[in-house]
This record gives sequence, C-alpha cells and structure tokens, in this order.
Amino acid sequence: MLSPTRVCDWNNMQFSATFSNLLNNALPCGIVALVLIAIVRAGRTPLWAEAYRRLRRNRVAVISLIVIALYASVAALDSVGWTNADGAWTSVIDRVFQKPQERYYSAPFAFMTVGEPKPHRLNARHILGTDAIGNDVFYQTLKGCRTAMIIGGMTLLISTPLALFFGIVAGYFGKRVDDAVQYVYTVLNSIPDILLLVSMLLVLGQGLWQLCVALGITSWVGLCRLSRAETLKHRDREYVRAARALGAGHGRIMFRHILPNLLPIVIITTTLGFSGLVMTEAILSYLQLGVGEGTGSWGNMIDGARLELAREPIIWWSLFAASTAMFVLVLAFNLFGDALRDAIDPRLRS
Amino acid sequence: MLRYVIRRILYAVPILIGVSLLTFLLFYCTVSPEGMARRNLSAKNPTPQQIQGWLHEHGYDKPRSEQFKKHMRELFLLRFGNSDASGEPIWDRLRVGIGPSFLVGSLIFLAALLTDISLSLYVAYYRGTYLDYWATFLGVLFMSINYVVYMIGGQWIVSKLLRLAPLAGYESGPTALKFVFVPMIIGVLAGIGSTVRFYRTVILEEINQDYVRTARAKGVGEQQVLFRHVLKNAAIPILTSTVTSIPLLLLGGLLTESFFNIPGVGSMTFDAIQSQDFAVIRAMVFLGTILYIIGLTLTDISYAIADPRVRLE
Repeated sequence: MLSPTRVCDWNNMQFSATFSNLLNNALPCGIVALVLIAIVRAGRTPLWAEAYRRLRRNRVAVISLIVIALYASVAALDSVGWTNADGAWTSVIDRVFQKPQERYYSAPFAFMTVGEPKPHRLNARHILGTDAIGNDVFYQTLKGCRTAMIIGGMTLLISTPLALFFGIVAGYFGKRVDDAVQYVYTVLNSIPDILLLVSMLLVLGQGLWQLCVALGITSWVGLCRLSRAETLKHRDREYVRAARALGAGHGRIMFRHILPNLLPIVIITTTLGFSGLVMTEAILSYLQLGVGEGTGSWGNMIDGARLELAREPIIWWSLFAASTAMFVLVLAFNLFGDALRDAIDPRLRS
Repeated sequence: MLRYVIRRILYAVPILIGVSLLTFLLFYCTVSPEGMARRNLSAKNPTPQQIQGWLHEHGYDKPRSEQFKKHMRELFLLRFGNSDASGEPIWDRLRVGIGPSFLVGSLIFLAALLTDISLSLYVAYYRGTYLDYWATFLGVLFMSINYVVYMIGGQWIVSKLLRLAPLAGYESGPTALKFVFVPMIIGVLAGIGSTVRFYRTVILEEINQDYVRTARAKGVGEQQVLFRHVLKNAAIPILTSTVTSIPLLLLGGLLTESFFNIPGVGSMTFDAIQSQDFAVIRAMVFLGTILYIIGLTLTDISYAIADPRVRLE
C-alpha cells in the first residue's frame, strides 16, 4: 500500500513511515521543550525569580496558568501522532476522541438524532452532541485548540521579532532610520485595523499560514512603538556607554545589552496580545476570511452555528462549546497577563 | 489654530501617499487580474473575449505605470469609480449608506460613552472595596467574550426570547430606534470591560492630586469632588481616546451592520469582502485612513479646547 507521507523508496516503506513520523513529531516536541527550557532558565535570573514568587502567591494567576497549560497540552497532543495501518496520519487526540460519524444533529448524550422526520439511532454517545453533518462537537472543539494556539503563537513569532528589530533600531540610531521606521508604522497604523487585515487576507488567500502572516504584519506596530520608546530611554544609560567604551559594536549593544531590558514589556504585551489574536480569528471566520473549511477552528464552529439558535428545536451545543472554549482561553490569558504585569513591574499596577 | 490645521493636513499627505502605494502593491501587483475577472464575471466558463472585455472595462489591462497613475489620481481626487462586482458607482452606494451608518454608529457611541463614564465614576467612588474588585473582574469577563458571540447571543436573547426588538432590519425615521436597540446593547457591553478599566485608572490618577485634597479640605462632599472636580480633569485623557473614533463612525460597523441587516457602509464593505470587490475595498481603506487622520486632528483640537495648558503651535 502506498503511504501518502512516504519520503523514501518502496523497499524501505517501514523505515520511511517511521522516519516521517519522527519528523512530524520532532517539531511540536521541540517547541514544547524550548518553552519549558526558557521558563526554567528564566527562573534563575533575579528579575524573573522575583516575578515567579509573586505569581505563585496570586491564586488567579496560578489557576489561569493551569488552564492555559491544559489548552496547550491538548494542542500539543493534537500535533503529535503517527500513521495508521491505512497510511493516514492520526494525532493522539484523534485516536482518543474521534467518534463514529452520525447522520445529523443530535443533542448531548442523546440516543437518537434530532430534527429529522425519522430520527436515527446514534452509533455512539456524544458528550456535546453532533453537528449538521454528524461530527462530534466535543472532538471538533478539541481540534480547535491547536488552531487557536497556532494562530496565537505563529503570529507572535512573526510580529514580535519584526517589532523588536525595527523598534530597537529606530530608537537606537534615531535620525533618518527613526524617521523611516516611524513613517512605515504610521502608514500601517492609519489604516483601520480590520480593513488592513481584510485586504491582506483577500490578497494572500485563505489558510492557516496566510492568516498568521496577515495578523503578524498588522499587529507589530504597537510593540514596535513601545520598544522604540523604551530603547530611547536606555540609549544613553551608563551601561550602554560602558559597553560602547569597551568597544562593543552597534549590533552587540542593541541585541545583547538593550534587548534583555525590553523583555518584561515584550512578555507582557505578547501575553495580553495573544487573547486578541484568538478573538480575531472568530471575527475573520464570520467575514468568511478565516482558516478555511479544511481546518477545524472555533471561529468556523461559531460561524456555522450562527443560524442554529433559530432552529426548532434549538441547536445550542455547537455554539456553546466553541464560544465557551474560546472564552475560557481568552479569559485565562487576560487574567494571567494582568497578573504577570503586576508581578514583573509593580509600577504599572492599575 | 488654522496654521496648525494646515500643517496637519500637509503632514497627512505623505501618509496618504504611503497608504495608496500600499494598496497599489497589494491589489495590482500581487493579484492576478485574470483571476479577478473570472470571479466577477457571472458566466461559469468565461471566454477569453469576455475576460478581456471585463479587464478593459475596469482598467486592469493597462500597463503598470498607467494603472499606477490612474490609481493615485483617482484616490486623491476621491473619484473611486465603479464597483468591480456590480459596476455601480461607489459614491452612490456610499451616499445611501452613510446616513444609517452614522445614525447607528453615533447612537452606540453615545450610549457606550455615557455608560462607561458613569460606571467608571461609580467604581472609582467605591475604590478598594469588594464592589470595585468584582466590577474589575466582571470587566475582564465581558472583555473575553467574542463580538460574534455577543451578536448571536444578543439577538437570540433580546429579540427571540424576550421579543423586545425586531430580529434584524432597518427603517429610516424614528422607528430606526427599534432596530438599533439590540446593536446598541451589544456595542455597549462589548466595549465596557476595557473602557471602564481605562477610565477608572485615569480617574484614580486624578483622585490623588493636590487639588482634590484642597477641595476635600474645603469641605466639598465626595460626590461633588468626583463629578465636578475629578471628572473635568479626567475628561482630557478620555477625550483623546474617544474623539479619534468619531469620524470613523461614518464607515459604520462591519460586523454589526452585516449581522443586523442595516443598509450602511459597513454592510457594503461586508458585501465587497464576500464578492472580493477590490475597487470598493481600496476605496474603503483610503477613506478609512482619511477619516482616521481627521480624527487625530480633531483630538488635538479638542485637547487644546479642553485643556488651557495645551497650545497648538
């Protein structure tokens, strides 16, 4: 049988399948490992150790962090998997939670489909019922985790380096460079957010990566401004002058000396920005510019459930599941972001 | 003041050039005109002649430099031309849509402003108490609900369950209020979290100022202090954050209008997105930028009026 993920030749089928499985799993595992290492290593520096200590005492922060970790682990488990006997790549979440396909809507824990003239018996129990084409809603909601995490994470991976690079360079060199960077972000900032996003997406087309790129390009301005202003403050500090006197180059001063001092703001802004990105996905799905049909996302579920409340009987479970999943994640990020801000920089306490 | 406004307009020119360059890059250099023609022609399999005809009609068959000149000229003279999808003049549709958009938008804006200011004063009055704590927490809750969910849920609860308002639609005249009711509630609720939090911070910053202490020492009551002394000074940062968005009310709410079938500019933009009508979207991007810049200028002017310490020179 021919495997779709085959990388080597026929004779080595077994080997190639294993190899491609390894390759597919290396990336998510690597990302999780990197995040964990970063958190542990940061805990050794005095600033972050102090912040951790304050966070640990904050009950709301601990609970939100647990919630975020839960979502992240669902997303990670959905990215790790291996090929089936028939060659289809299936993630751990698929293996555990995928339910047999039904014919039509069914309520949570129901035995029969609902809304059909002649209800059918269901093949399995569904915790949150099924949707119009008989897919398990709970399973779809779990699949949405990965999409949301990728949208948030990838976008921040695109926008944060962009914002930091231009912000620091503009603040450090000033003059012409500063003018140019300011001009670029003023132009981008003058276009109403949603219109800029829509035009980018119409041009780039639909899909997860396109969405991340468009969101990344539209969302770097805020952080760029902040880091520019902050770099202006640091530019003439004594430690920078000392580094210069010791013969450090511009690049070294900017990215080894000034950058670490901007990290607290970066972390706070990205944490608070994450929730906004997750929310934007739903709005774009409503505008039919989301991740597209092929990828399961909460935005698609909410958009699909738009007219279901008007049905008789009311189909509420799809909308409920997707919006609750999104609400809890966004709430956790908002609360955690606030707690983080208070912990890192008590001056900013509101 | 006049000199300031003129300078501001001159500052706006490079920004507008940048925006139109960006839209040109996006819509002329990245998109294949053939694909656009195929999408917009009603025939399933258009002949090459039909495609050529469409391209010619909408000016997409000219050389780049020619297109660029036309694009810049049209935008700066605000001659937006015809829609790619329906062929209607864009200005005609704008003229029809601006009325409902502005009415709905400004009603939501005013309702939100009033609620936000009075709530934040209330919360600031009870600062440090459980009421303050829970209000802040509730604010975060409201902030975390998606706008699309607000719309679906709001329509269902208010119009379907309670039957307080029609499901969707619009009529001009005083009956419009009936249709604006649900969008207004949703608009207020959706923004309440972040805005009240911001206003509260602003008000609390003012509360620790010397003049407040002086007022209290004179024996002015706490309510009087809040509403007469603090609010006036807190109005300055509040102004800066709200005035900018006033001109943008003309463009209407993309989500609200399309969801509640209000025939405004927002609905028009929504339709343009659905039919990939690049001519309309280009026009909206440019108009949006102009309105945003007008908003910034208005903010500065209102700032100078509200705060005698600020001089615009």
